[in-house]
Amino acid sequence: MMNRFASLLDRLAYEPRRNGKIALIADYFRSEPDPERGFALAAMTGALRFRNAKPGLVRVLIAERTDPVLFALSYDYVGDLSETVALLWPAPRGLNRPSPGLAEVVETLQRLPKTDLPRQLADWLDALDETGRWALIKLITGALRIGVSARLAKTAVAALGTLSADDVEHVWHGLAPPYTELFAWAEGQGSRPENADPVPFRPVMLAHPIEDRDFATLDPAAFSAEWKWDGIRVQAAGARDGDGNPLTRLYSRTGEDISGAFPDLAGALALDATIDGELLILREGRVQSFNVLQQRLNRKQVSAALIADFPAHIRAYDVLVDHGEDVRALPFSERRERLEALIAHEHDPLLSISALIPFASWDALAAHRADPSEAGDDAAAIEGCMLKRCDSPYLPGRPKGLWFKWKRDAMVVDAVLMYAQRGHGKRSSFYSDFTFGVWRPAEDGEELVPVGKAYFGFTDEELAELDKYVRRHTINRFGPVREVAHGADGGLVLEIAFEGLQRSSRHKSGIAMRFPRISRIRWDKPAIEADRLATLEALLEPAA
Amino acid sequence: MMRASSILVPRPEGLFCPPGGFYVDPVRPVARALITHGHSDHARPGHGAVLASAETLAIMAARCGAGFAGSTETAEFGQPMRIGEVSVSFHPAGHVLGSAQIAVAHRGLRIVASGDYKRAPDPTCAGFEPVACDVFISEATFGLPIFRHPPAADEVARLLASLKLFPERTHLVGAYSLGKAQRLARLIRLAGYDRPLYIHGAMENMMRLYAEAGVDFGAIVKVSTTERHKIGGEIVLCPPAALGEIWSRRFSDPVTAFASGWMRTRARARQRGIELPLVVSDHADWQELCATIAETGCEELWVTHGQEDALLHWAGTRGLKARPLHMVGYGDDGEAEPA
Repeated sequence: MMNRFASLLDRLAYEPRRNGKIALIADYFRSEPDPERGFALAAMTGALRFRNAKPGLVRVLIAERTDPVLFALSYDYVGDLSETVALLWPAPRGLNRPSPGLAEVVETLQRLPKTDLPRQLADWLDALDETGRWALIKLITGALRIGVSARLAKTAVAALGTLSADDVEHVWHGLAPPYTELFAWAEGQGSRPENADPVPFRPVMLAHPIEDRDFATLDPAAFSAEWKWDGIRVQAAGARDGDGNPLTRLYSRTGEDISGAFPDLAGALALDATIDGELLILREGRVQSFNVLQQRLNRKQVSAALIADFPAHIRAYDVLVDHGEDVRALPFSERRERLEALIAHEHDPLLSISALIPFASWDALAAHRADPSEAGDDAAAIEGCMLKRCDSPYLPGRPKGLWFKWKRDAMVVDAVLMYAQRGHGKRSSFYSDFTFGVWRPAEDGEELVPVGKAYFGFTDEELAELDKYVRRHTINRFGPVREVAHGADGGLVLEIAFEGLQRSSRHKSGIAMRFPRISRIRWDKPAIEADRLATLEALLEPAA
Repeated sequence: MMRASSILVPRPEGLFCPPGGFYVDPVRPVARALITHGHSDHARPGHGAVLASAETLAIMAARCGAGFAGSTETAEFGQPMRIGEVSVSFHPAGHVLGSAQIAVAHRGLRIVASGDYKRAPDPTCAGFEPVACDVFISEATFGLPIFRHPPAADEVARLLASLKLFPERTHLVGAYSLGKAQRLARLIRLAGYDRPLYIHGAMENMMRLYAEAGVDFGAIVKVSTTERHKIGGEIVLCPPAALGEIWSRRFSDPVTAFASGWMRTRARARQRGIELPLVVSDHADWQELCATIAETGCEELWVTHGQEDALLHWAGTRGLKARPLHMVGYGDDGEAEPA
């Protein structure tokens, strides 16, 4: 029933523990029949697509039933469309109609012509309770956002019997909702589904940030070092399919299939291996900064022009499967030799290897890290160093003591809070998006000019304080945006940490900050003592 | 007729009545204060003379010490009294024990400052009584149509159901020490739960005061340091802040619950790491706010604090004159502001 699915999502939303989530999902799979549970799995893994049912439809329905101003204020507060509509929906009393089943909902949504959808949807929303309405709209809008990844849902399937999550991963891409044969296999009632995926996702290995005190206990001779790339982590999995044709798939670090966004890589690579690396934009041999990559990531449509302007490239740093052989248990040094041979053999301009940095002591490595300009054409996308134990196997997750990241120190600036807006998701209902500015010369003295926007870096307690501050110092409202008192005689100073600065014609100040976040709230500092724009201009990166 | 805006005037100290020479719920020390209820953001120590209900005076004395004001005077509900040029009367607000609305009448014009209020039944305090007026001053803590408080007894039933589901886990229930904790405790008893109720030490004071006022809580046990890990499966009431403190980590695998109107949205519950959100509030929800404003028959609405935008818009669509007072300083206690 839709109600059972809704109650699962509801409980998952409040369960912080990973094992608790797996137990809840596995319980649900155990107690729900096919095909209900299969559609639930599809919803949690993002495998459902409805051609006609879109968020816009829900907006139209609620607009017909509520005052638009009250809806807008409510949505601004709640920060989640599904929840806002679920809470505001004026359900008729005493309807006494059974709530629909999940399978019925999914199959109807896939089948129903566009013109019949509004009425059907309204009927369901009338029949469901608040939690049911919330779950139904989540289903339609496609983003559950309840802290459950596809990987976690697959782990819960595996937990029904003696399979591992990797076993499920291996057959996953050959299957479709409602996954009846998968459940049968997991419960020991059926055989392994055929058409096992030749290029499954394998969970990635992550690094811990290194702390100063770690260096005293670590032996430099046991580690190898390489640059830390400021791109996006990808896994490129390639093999031959059943017909002997090359098949390559590109996964994000969480196992999302992103091949569609990068056809210039997925369609062109002909690897017989699974490699781990960083996706970067490479123009005429020069690695571009993350700002440039971001411009490609922001586009929904991947056009030929976009691909030509932003050519994607993989900087490889590890190999997981080499010509059909799973090499994850081998030590890093051996995998590295395999990777070097593999990249040399491929001789593909889309692929290059992440060079090792030779070093004899931590001090020597610190010197490299402080000045990545020695990396020449690559320097723009370097954000520090990676340290990997030479004997480390490739393990899923973030195992202790094997891989470390050693980022460059962030830059900081003192800025003044100027505007605030409510956040979404975890921060919703609090004023948590902060626009801040620095001083620049004006006709009569100095004025504040906005230089960026930050929405994290603070603790929950600090957020509550900032929220209160915004409410009490609002001097103007522009729709959802509040202008907060700022000037020479009053204003809140925020210490902003950031990773880089670039010139930008889109910003009034002429600069754009990379990865800004609030590192400290300077309750003690007078606004007039915040930094000047000239200070920031001196930190500008050379033009790309 | 005198204009309402010269009978009660918002000032940094609080709402001031020039013809009466007093403030309502001042946030800074003043010579003469009328206090609606005992939450610390409304009832602050250090005033010259304080006029409030007997229960509110008792709460202030228990919280701030006997010398909390230069002098005190008890207001009887429904009894008009003359202060300066105005007539003042106190009426039950249904918010917490002793909570009052304060009606100020002057030359044929009546303004009701309702303080914080709710309309849902509460076995631990007198129910709200609507007072006909020309200007109604309302809070708007839950002034958005998404806020709809379910019957509190249903929420208590959910707590008891969870206790059945997890009989070995301590149920830590965050509830404000004045009002919420006592209402919950009483509702838990009314639901037939007869095991001892455990409380955080900071609540003892107010629990005793309510008990002396005649509220029957049954067996109440203060949680001591030694037994925290031993009381699996029991209900423990504590101030909300204690849920996030080291104090709460000594219980065995606790279920954390929070009783508040804010628990209506998921994000709020998740932000605090709450597993069992209970929507129980001592404020009016959206429908109660709207119904109450209509019931007073007022021609003008003033909104003190909270989410005033939606309520002001709603009043406009009903043809009411409406203005925000932008009062600062309220909402630091109880649940008037997200915390």
